[in-house]
Amino acid sequence: MSLNEFLKLEKIEKRFPIPGKEDYIAVTNVDLDIKKNEIISIIGHSGCGKSTLLNMISGLDMQTEGNIFLNKREVVGPGPERAVVFQNHSLLPWLTVYQNIEMAVKKVMPELTKVELKERVMKFIEMVNLEHAKDKLPDEISGGMKQRVGIARALSIKPDVLLMDEPFGALDSLTRANLQEHLMRIQQNVHNTVIIITHDVDEAVLLSDRVIMMTNGPEATIGEILEVKLDRPRNRVELQTDPEYIRCREAILSFLYEKFAKDDE
Amino acid sequence: MNKETLKKILLPMVVFVGIIYSWSVLAIFVDDFPTPTDTYIAAVGGETENGDEFEGVFADPFYIENQDDKGIFWQIIASLERVFAGFGLSILVGVPLGLVIGMSKNASYAFDPFIQILKPVSPLAWLPLLLFIFRDINLTAISTIFITSIWPIIINTALGVKSVSSDYMNVARVLQFTPMEKIRKIILPVAVPYIFTGMRLSLGIAWLVIVAAEMLTGGIGIGFWIWDEYNNLAYHNIIIGIITVGIVGFFLDMIMGKIANYFDYREKGRS
Repeated sequence: MSLNEFLKLEKIEKRFPIPGKEDYIAVTNVDLDIKKNEIISIIGHSGCGKSTLLNMISGLDMQTEGNIFLNKREVVGPGPERAVVFQNHSLLPWLTVYQNIEMAVKKVMPELTKVELKERVMKFIEMVNLEHAKDKLPDEISGGMKQRVGIARALSIKPDVLLMDEPFGALDSLTRANLQEHLMRIQQNVHNTVIIITHDVDEAVLLSDRVIMMTNGPEATIGEILEVKLDRPRNRVELQTDPEYIRCREAILSFLYEKFAKDDE
Repeated sequence: MNKETLKKILLPMVVFVGIIYSWSVLAIFVDDFPTPTDTYIAAVGGETENGDEFEGVFADPFYIENQDDKGIFWQIIASLERVFAGFGLSILVGVPLGLVIGMSKNASYAFDPFIQILKPVSPLAWLPLLLFIFRDINLTAISTIFITSIWPIIINTALGVKSVSSDYMNVARVLQFTPMEKIRKIILPVAVPYIFTGMRLSLGIAWLVIVAAEMLTGGIGIGFWIWDEYNNLAYHNIIIGIITVGIVGFFLDMIMGKIANYFDYREKGRS
């Protein structure tokens, strides 16, 4: 298998039927090849269909036209090989941090023994530094911690792709920075293929290898693709004066606010 | 003792005195209406000012004279047995039906109109029909309770299922849960508090219905006992019956509330 054909989106279109009118075309003509272990950001104004695109990759939503292939197999529905980190974390509030992760691991890896199961759950709790909160219920921990559990839960089932739908969107900027650090640190150790939906320019440049810029909806599609040629590990403070960082940032800002400005936000 | 606790004890006592006073005034204006004192003596036993002697309803609540003459304890037990039989049937039928209605739009469309029409029908309207079908006191009382107390269980169970957030269902879809796993691991934990709210309402209705049902069916039970005392012109016992029904109902609701809280995940971790 060539690396270039890890995750492939072909001529993706999503239409929503409107009674008595023509279909609303949310996303159209999206072609994208994502390499293994690549970190991709999809950025665009609200309403550009970036979440719709992610939902089609996860299989939670079906495209109207086109095909999605993962490892040369067509995506026809949701599955644990495409783990999702939801914007609102979606932890089950009646289960503890430990139990939330355990539930996922148990289902996806039923062959594990009790000891192996416990080891695996603890490994991912430790990965996001939440040992002290493992027996807490989601309502008893902060928003940032909840999202860390969400990330741990998604990674614990050993996905081929990690799909993150504005994972830090609901958090304050300090907590967001902290979580970005967590994600980069985890990524240094375990290489995952990650797709992040975001509307934060700095987040996109800091985290990604490539930034996919979406045009405005309706009929949104990929406008530009930007390669971020920055070495890892990346340091957010040092990056502020890095010419490549500044170039990437300006390219995205110019795309979002000059070429595809949206004034009704 | 802090001020709030003191108020919680003192204020109901003030109202209690007011009730007793109003009752005494009522007893003066309505002929043969028992006074609070007479009623108290009729409950615990003794001799009234008029020289009437009472054995006391609660002096020996456990006596069994014969099949038709038993102490008030046995009357309550007989009523509770019917209530729990009907209530149990309501749970057995209502919870699964509510789950189906909550999960399937088609089932909801199919059943909803009939639930809305049958729900407001008074138990007294069902009684003659059910008596005609079963020709048996117990079965009639139990089936009346069943048919009037099942609605809140169905409605609340369905509501609980419908309130499962689509985010949780998305987690289940990504993990590829089977339909049974979805019910067991996602839907039931969310719906259980709603189911218990339905059960609590249902038990309240069942206890309301039993008094009316037993008055018409006769035999044994607290409802029949109250009606019987009316026929015996023992009006003080009617008041004793009312208070007893109220207190038993209060405890049923309290116990049901405690059980409901125990199964409600939202109550956990709150200390």
